[in-house]
Amino acid sequence: MTSRTLPKTSDERLVEAGLLKRLLTRPELGALGGAILVWIIFAIIAGNRGFLTLQGTASYLEVSSYLGILAVAIALLMIGGEFDLSIGSMIGAAGATIAVLGSVFGVPLWLASLIALGVALLVGFVNGVMVIRTKLPSFIITLGSLFILRGLTIALTRIFTGRTQVGSLDQLEGYEVLRLLFGGSIPIGGANFPVSIVWWLAIAAVATWVLMRTRFGNWIFSAGGNAEAARNVGVPVSRVKVTLFMATAAAAWLVATIQLTVVKSADTLRGTQQEFIAIIAAVIGGNLLTGGYGSAVGAALGALIFGMVRQGIVYAGIDADWFQVFLGAMLIVAVLVNNFIRDQAEKARR
Amino acid sequence: MTDRVPLLEVRNISKYFGNVIALKDVSMSVYASEVMCLLGDNGAGKSTLIKILSGVHKPSEGEYLVEGKPVDFNSPRDALDHGIATVYQDLAMIPLMSIARNFFLGSEPTKGWGPFRRFDIDFANRTARAEMAKMGIDIRDPSQPVGTLSGGERQSVAIARAVYFGAKVLILDEPTAALGVKQAGVVLRYIAQARARGLGVIFITHNPHHAYAVGDRFTILKRGRTFGTFTKEELSREEMVRMMSGADELDALSHELSEFARRDAAETARIDKQLAKSLEEAEEIFEHDGSPEQKG
Repeated sequence: MTSRTLPKTSDERLVEAGLLKRLLTRPELGALGGAILVWIIFAIIAGNRGFLTLQGTASYLEVSSYLGILAVAIALLMIGGEFDLSIGSMIGAAGATIAVLGSVFGVPLWLASLIALGVALLVGFVNGVMVIRTKLPSFIITLGSLFILRGLTIALTRIFTGRTQVGSLDQLEGYEVLRLLFGGSIPIGGANFPVSIVWWLAIAAVATWVLMRTRFGNWIFSAGGNAEAARNVGVPVSRVKVTLFMATAAAAWLVATIQLTVVKSADTLRGTQQEFIAIIAAVIGGNLLTGGYGSAVGAALGALIFGMVRQGIVYAGIDADWFQVFLGAMLIVAVLVNNFIRDQAEKARR
Repeated sequence: MTDRVPLLEVRNISKYFGNVIALKDVSMSVYASEVMCLLGDNGAGKSTLIKILSGVHKPSEGEYLVEGKPVDFNSPRDALDHGIATVYQDLAMIPLMSIARNFFLGSEPTKGWGPFRRFDIDFANRTARAEMAKMGIDIRDPSQPVGTLSGGERQSVAIARAVYFGAKVLILDEPTAALGVKQAGVVLRYIAQARARGLGVIFITHNPHHAYAVGDRFTILKRGRTFGTFTKEELSREEMVRMMSGADELDALSHELSEFARRDAAETARIDKQLAKSLEEAEEIFEHDGSPEQKG
């Protein structure tokens, strides 16, 4: 910090922000604290029942990874100032597309998966363009596409296969390619860590890099922070938002492909309510509902909390019916804690 | 000053919106190292003139010259490319983003190549702080959110940004309007600073005190027309206030107000009279029926 100042204007503003106070201003701090706290709680109540074993760790990380992939993408979109409620339906749609193309039309599964990716990108593109063109809130547009996509998925799958579920996908041509990329696991100390965990971490890392270290990341923050001001200085706000919608749909496709590969079947109802859980994870991770502020790491940590609670309850022998109560309460507490921390941090900086 | 070519000049500019005359025959200019104040009450046409100068609107009639050459702007980007930067009062900054990120928004410096091309955040932080220091303001931490800055400091970031990206003419749209006395003083100081660095500043305000403090010349707008341009020597602050608000109108207004007061008095007297009458009547009724005390 340089010390030259105007004598009268900068007076009381020269207190240096300490490292702790700097840390407090990071959006993901609340989620990090929450993750540690949840881990400690379950380590105490379920530590002797397998929560602390490598296999136990692998099991909650797998649950976290599916959600984490979605939550990170949703976080970027939320920072960019928009919502996507259609990702849950997109998971069902992408899975059904792959299964129908593979089982009815004989398309090799790896190619079917690529086509499904194309479909997902198209859906994301349409969502984005609709939001930009109509100037309606993305909440409304994607609430519409939530039902349209789910309905189309169920109706078309029933037309082509006569059912709403398609099984035995591992018997089809091209499944091996998918298994290598999405269905494998890494043995560590006798426990199997599914490869989806690697996807989750990789996507969180790439998203963080994009947000913090690229021009596009700067544009994402500005699009959500104040789209008008961003446009005034030449940021292509519409392009940024459409790209984020496409990325979110692509994340749903990735989750669909991983799940389809692991369980070897597709179900048109897969992904139901995932959009809400992903948004909860993103919000727990410190992402503002109003846009312009947040972090991909935070969303990944939010997903980690979700996974630990979901599996921890099972290990602790608590009735799993209570999980949703936990989830809802956690959301509200997390937002309150995040707001409190942000207020304190702002005060500390002044 | 007349022997130099103005950085920016408009001659007999008019602007019509349908059959509404927003501006009529307005001329003004700004030279390097000069603060030109554009004064006027609400609805005087200041906003329209700024929008023409900054390339948002095209004038219906008249000439627009930059450094003596006629120009025809199709967008704010065109104006920026000619070194004319406009700082709007409220749309300048994104509060949740850091100072450095705001400073370079839309023109981010990058390093590396291909997929590794990245936002050079160190350069952005360093430059933002250095440029702010040139404006005479020290920011502790360029990575702190703009929202933590005061209103005056936010304006100064926007000004510093415009200067850094090569502005020769700075158009400031009511930069002091939403600020307290002290913060307004801070902004006025930055305006003086920008002038000292050789920029032409067009300072829009409806506060004659702020204008008189930093202005070299004054163009006064009223109802879409101009009273002309005056130097500080030609115009006292009191005359300026009279011209802006229109002394005749003020006289008319005070006459109207006193008329109200007179009518008010008459009305009050009438109501009082009526009230007294109805009270009398009520008392008469009481006398006939007997009061509650007599009954009990």
